[in-house]
Amino acid sequence: MEPTEAELIASVLKGDAESFEPLVQKYSPRVFATARRYARRESEIEDIVQEVWLKAFQKLKSFRGEAPFEHWLMRLTVRTCYDFLRAHQRNREAAFSELSDPETDWLERFVHHPADAAEHADAARQLIERVLEQLSPAARLVITLLEIEDRPVKEISRLTGWSVPLVKVRAFRARAEMRKILANIAKEKYL
Amino acid sequence: MDLAELNRKLIAAARANPPSQRVPFAFEKRIMARLTRPLVPDYRALWARALWRAAAPCMAIMLLLSAWTFFAPAGSASGSDLSQELENTVLAAVEQDSTADWSR
Repeated sequence: MEPTEAELIASVLKGDAESFEPLVQKYSPRVFATARRYARRESEIEDIVQEVWLKAFQKLKSFRGEAPFEHWLMRLTVRTCYDFLRAHQRNREAAFSELSDPETDWLERFVHHPADAAEHADAARQLIERVLEQLSPAARLVITLLEIEDRPVKEISRLTGWSVPLVKVRAFRARAEMRKILANIAKEKYL
Repeated sequence: MDLAELNRKLIAAARANPPSQRVPFAFEKRIMARLTRPLVPDYRALWARALWRAAAPCMAIMLLLSAWTFFAPAGSASGSDLSQELENTVLAAVEQDSTADWSR
């Protein structure tokens, strides 16, 4: 019979580091998916995930087992991603004149026939990535969790360690930041 | 341009393209190798960290001593004659020898 998560964790805490491997195997896909929301290069993504697992191993004593291990791990992942965003705030002022041809075409289509600009298009995905990269770390995190992943404010508060009012304030500011960036696109391209 | 609609479309585009859950080959082996590797202490880093941590208390002590010497009330006799006392102490032996010579 396979050992349960609680048994594996207890075993790691007793000094059997090998028992950590099944946990890494089981949860790495989720950690990778989360890291890919905030970093683009594979090398950066791997660095984030590696840091998450090293921290998880070092801080395993602080896991009390009251909530599922996955919740604890995702909290650690989101906070590590936020630290990554704060440490890599460069290139946030990229000009929108550098939009690729498919992105420009998608925008043109949106301006003239909004209904024809498909949300599933690759260009739309590239454009939203570009917009998210322009946001401040806190704004990017809150837009991703709240708008893209559609998580409730309470859960975001738990994941980020911010209070509920702080999440709301940051969400308000993030939406304003996003509107400003979109207005800049419109100004640069169409005025 | 309808910015609210553009915002909605872009958010929908992000939702429609969830990131991949792909894990690089043998990633867990790499992590386990990192975790189980015997720890080699980095003495340079340990010293640097210790010195860096010591900087703040040293600075605080220095400021306290500076403040103390600056604000402490000057002693009536001992404070003003510190240089004289130092000179007397240093030259005490010489003076003793010279008085001994004169008495002969």
